[in-house]
Amino acid sequence: MKILVAISNVPDTTTKIQFSDGDTKFNSAGVTYVINPYDEWYALVRALELKEANLAEKVTIIHVGLADSEATIRKGLALGADDAVRIDGEGPDAFFVAAQIASYASANGYDMVLVGKETINYNGSSVGGMIAGLMDLPYVSLATKLDVSGNKATIEHDMDGGTQVVECELPMVVSCAKGMAEQRIPNMRGIMAARTKPLAVVAATPTEALTGIVSYSLNAGRTTCKMIDESSIDELVNLLHTEAKVI
Amino acid sequence: MSVLIYTEINKGRVKKASLESVNYGAKVAELLGTEAIAIVNNADAAQLEEIGKAGAKTILSLKNEKIGSDSMLISAAVEQAAKAHNAQVIIFAFDITGKAVAPRLSARLKAGLVAGAVDYPTVNGNALEVKKNVFSGKATAIYSIGSATKIIALLPNSFPVKSGDNQAKIIDWSADLDAIKPRIIVKEQKSNATGGMVPLPEAELVVSAGRGLKGPENWGIVEDLATALNATTACSRPVADMHWRPHHEHVGQTGVAIRPNLYIAIGISGAIQHLAGVNGSKTIVVINNDKEAPFFKSADYGIVGDAFSIVPKLTEAIKKFKANQN
Repeated sequence: MKILVAISNVPDTTTKIQFSDGDTKFNSAGVTYVINPYDEWYALVRALELKEANLAEKVTIIHVGLADSEATIRKGLALGADDAVRIDGEGPDAFFVAAQIASYASANGYDMVLVGKETINYNGSSVGGMIAGLMDLPYVSLATKLDVSGNKATIEHDMDGGTQVVECELPMVVSCAKGMAEQRIPNMRGIMAARTKPLAVVAATPTEALTGIVSYSLNAGRTTCKMIDESSIDELVNLLHTEAKVI
Repeated sequence: MSVLIYTEINKGRVKKASLESVNYGAKVAELLGTEAIAIVNNADAAQLEEIGKAGAKTILSLKNEKIGSDSMLISAAVEQAAKAHNAQVIIFAFDITGKAVAPRLSARLKAGLVAGAVDYPTVNGNALEVKKNVFSGKATAIYSIGSATKIIALLPNSFPVKSGDNQAKIIDWSADLDAIKPRIIVKEQKSNATGGMVPLPEAELVVSAGRGLKGPENWGIVEDLATALNATTACSRPVADMHWRPHHEHVGQTGVAIRPNLYIAIGISGAIQHLAGVNGSKTIVVINNDKEAPFFKSADYGIVGDAFSIVPKLTEAIKKFKANQN
C-alpha cells in the first residue's frame, strides 16, 4: 500500500499577519513557514505509523508550490517520509492544488491520499474533497482514527453531534483531525537522511481558475476590554443585556 | 436559473445551519432575480413547512434511504438537482456535511467554491464576490467566483435565523443513484453525551473553562452557569487532553471552531491557538485570576479574580436577571 500525504506550507500560527500591494497579497516578509499543523501532526505522522507497523510500503509527501517551500518539504522527509514530490506551480485557489494532487496520484497509483482537516491560512477544508471528486474516490472527512487491514481502511470520524466508524475499500481520500496521531519532533538522524532523500520536481498541469482573492483586510481585534469588579457582577449582567445585547 | 440550497434533517429537526442557508439562499436568489430552491432528504410535512418559512420557494423533497451521510451520494443527488433546475449558485452550510460535500461537487461541476462565507455576495459582472475569514480568523478575504456555476458554503452562526410566512411548493423528487455503489460502510454511530444542551457548533451561548478550574470535579460551577444561561459547555485543549472533559467539548484551533453570540472563558489564559477557535464570537467575557492573562486583550468584558468565588455569583446574578425578565 502506498500513501500520498499532501502538505501545505503555511505561516506559523504566531505570525503577525500583514498584506502588501494594496492589500491584494499576503506579505511574507520575515514570516516563518511551517508544515500546516494538521497535515504534519495528524496526516503525515499517522501515515508513518502505518508504515512502521508494516501496513504501508511507502509514504510520499506531495506539495504544490514554488521552490522556496523546499525547506518545509525537507522537514517532512526528516520526520520519516520516503520521498517527496513538489508540483512546481502556484495557483489561485484550492481547486488548483487539488487538481495537481489528483493528477499525480492517478498517474502514480497511490492507494490512499491523506490531507489535514484544513490549512491554518485559508481554512477552506476543501482540497481533500476536491481530490476525491476529481478522482471519483470515496472521501472521509475529519477523521480522528485510521486503521488499515489489507485493502480496507477502518476510520472513526466526526459527525453532527457524534462520531461514526466506517469501513472503506482502498483507494480513498481521508482528511485528518486531532486524535489520529501525536506530533513528532524530527531527530538528527532523520534530518541528516532527509538531505539526500528524493525530492522530485514536476511541472504543474494547466488548470482553470475557478476563484481568486480580490483583496484582504485585517479583522479588527477587540480594542478595549471593559474591566468589571467582582463586587459588581450585576453590572456585567446588565451590560451583556443592554450593551452587548447577547442575553 | 435558480439558487439551490442543500438542507438536512438531524435528530428530528431541520438543522439550524440549514435554515441559515435557506435564509441566505433566498437573499442570493433575490439579488440575482431568480428562484430559491431547497433540497432535502427524508423530511416530514412540518419540517418541509419550516424550510418553506425560511424562504425556499420550492422544495425538492427526496425519500431516499440509500443516501444516508455518504458524501458521494449526497453530492450526486445535489448535482442532479442542480442540473435539472439549472442552478447558477449552490448553497451549503460550512458544517460537517458541507465540508465533505461542497468541495466534491465543486470539483465535479468545475464550480468555484467559497468555503466559509460570512456575508452576502455582491455581483460584479458575471462574478460573485464573497467575504470569508482567513488566517484562522485574523483576517478577511474577498473571493471572486468566476465560474459559470458557483458554490457558497456559509459559515454557521453568521446570521440569525429568520422565519416568515412563505409557503413552499413541494416537489416529490427522486435522484437516480442506482449506478453508484456506496463504498463507505457505516459500522457504528456514537452520539456525544451533551445532556440535552444545544450542540457546540450551533450554540449561541457558550460557557467554557480551562486549567484554572484545577480538576474535573470542579466543573459543577461551570455547568450551573451554563444551565442558568441555557448555554452549552466547552473547554480548552489541555482540559480535553487530560480527559477532564470529553473531546467534543474542546474549542480552539485543533478542536471545534465556534462563533457564538456570547463566549464566557473561565480560567483560560487565551493562547493564540485557543483564540483561533473562538475569536469569531460576538461578545467575549474573560474571568481569570491573572490580570496579565493574554485573553483579556481579546475580550469585551473581564473580571480579575478567583473563579470559584466569581462564577457562582455570576450564576446567581443571571438567575435574578432571568427572574426579572419574566
